[in-house]
Amino acid sequence: MTNNIVEIDNLSFGYKGRLLHKGINMVFPRGKVVAIMGGSGSGKTTLLRLIGGQIKPSKGEVRVHGDVVHKQDRDGIFKLRRKMGMLFQQGALFTDLSVYENVAFPMRELTDLPDSMIHDLVLMKLNAVGLRGAHTLMPAELSGGMARRVALARAIALDPAIMMYDEPFAGLDPISMGVICSLIRSLNDALGATSIIVSHDVKETFLIADYVYFVANGVVTAEGTPDDLMKSTLPYVHQFVHGDKDGPVPFHYPAGNYQSELMKQS
Amino acid sequence: MIKSKPLISIIKTLQGIGHRMVERIWRLGAGARLFFLTIVYSAESFKRFHLTMREIYSTGVMSLLIIIVSAFFVGMVLALQGYNTLQKYGSSEAIGVLVSLALVRELGPVVTALLFAGRAGTAITAEIGLMKTTEQLSAMEMMAVNPIARVVAPRFWAGVISMPILAALFSMVGILGGYIVAVPLIGVDEGAFWSQMQANVDFQSDIVNGVIKSLVFGVACTMIALFEGFDAPPTAEGVSRATTRTVVISSLTVLGLDFVLTSFMLVI
Repeated sequence: MTNNIVEIDNLSFGYKGRLLHKGINMVFPRGKVVAIMGGSGSGKTTLLRLIGGQIKPSKGEVRVHGDVVHKQDRDGIFKLRRKMGMLFQQGALFTDLSVYENVAFPMRELTDLPDSMIHDLVLMKLNAVGLRGAHTLMPAELSGGMARRVALARAIALDPAIMMYDEPFAGLDPISMGVICSLIRSLNDALGATSIIVSHDVKETFLIADYVYFVANGVVTAEGTPDDLMKSTLPYVHQFVHGDKDGPVPFHYPAGNYQSELMKQS
Repeated sequence: MIKSKPLISIIKTLQGIGHRMVERIWRLGAGARLFFLTIVYSAESFKRFHLTMREIYSTGVMSLLIIIVSAFFVGMVLALQGYNTLQKYGSSEAIGVLVSLALVRELGPVVTALLFAGRAGTAITAEIGLMKTTEQLSAMEMMAVNPIARVVAPRFWAGVISMPILAALFSMVGILGGYIVAVPLIGVDEGAFWSQMQANVDFQSDIVNGVIKSLVFGVACTMIALFEGFDAPPTAEGVSRATTRTVVISSLTVLGLDFVLTSFMLVI
């Protein structure tokens, strides 16, 4: 039996005539934290949506626990999703529910657990992210970092086998970033889950990831452990990891001749 | 190769019309699909009826103030205008009949639906549009929770249940407003006001037909608000446009449906 929980096999995806992914292959082994990195608009979040079955590939397939995601019917997709937890970029907390009710939401919706057990589980999950004391607050009363941690508690509410993180570090202060960073690693190890992180924050991602895929121009341009990629001499990886202004990814958006455009204006 | 500028502009205009037609038909189909799915997943949402009850509070109960105040003024104006015309023919005692029939048959269901679209419909569209913008609906889907059963169906049934009750309240308060103007202020005989109303308002052809109308308007207004929210592009501008569309489309649909329903009811 394969040790890979998620497998992406020769996957292509496009819309409105534009091919976003061109034959991507990736594997996500059990118990590992695997990162997908790349510039904005490179289709990283779309890969998460393809794994979650929210969209269908144009070619190729995504397999979760050996099941081809896009071939599942509605019940099959929902069955697969019950094994997944996802942390959205802005948390996606339900704004009309309190912190407690947000974390309790998947338990109430998907299980028949009694209220007393839900109460204990919610407090345990909130305690794991350090926010047990904030369970009465509403999402509007939380800072960005706190909201992300509540969303994380909600995502792990049913102890998923696969955790997906969409830009978990975006827009956070350094302290919150450090907290989220260590939580992702520790929760992954405690739950024995497989984590997929989509991010462009090199420092934090390299700190916790076991393996990293770089995506650019619709293909996997580089892959390896964080140490390998730090030493990589590939121009794209070097530019991305070291934050060089110019390189294979140009500073300027493709445009016509600068001088002639200026003359046209006058 | 076509070089004539007028010809190119005609072709572009036709292309634009065609594109809009296709888009409208697509939206109509998507709306019908959402309606169908809402009905299919309603059983799932009825298992937790407290969700529908909560929505009845926010769409129905919270609309009470605007409904009652508007109904009161509409009733008073009807009595004033009605009396002004009726007295010319010496039948000012029929003012009660005029006010009640106008309210129960037409103004009750129609004005309630228009106010509902403005007050509750926009709130539904904005709420669902923002849930989409902030990825709350995606989060629900990823948790294997069906947003149609959890978000759309309770709001749909709340609207359908609330509308006839609000319309009935509108008619009652309107009649009260008409009574206050006609009897204590103008001096129409109180007995004639109520007895003529009692004699001339028919339960089947007036009251039941009014309830049928408000039920149909409830389905239409709520479904339009839900679809616009669900279909809104996930941006501030997208939600704003969707909210505007809810009011415009709901109002036109209610007025159009009112004509169609009235025609059928008069024939049958």
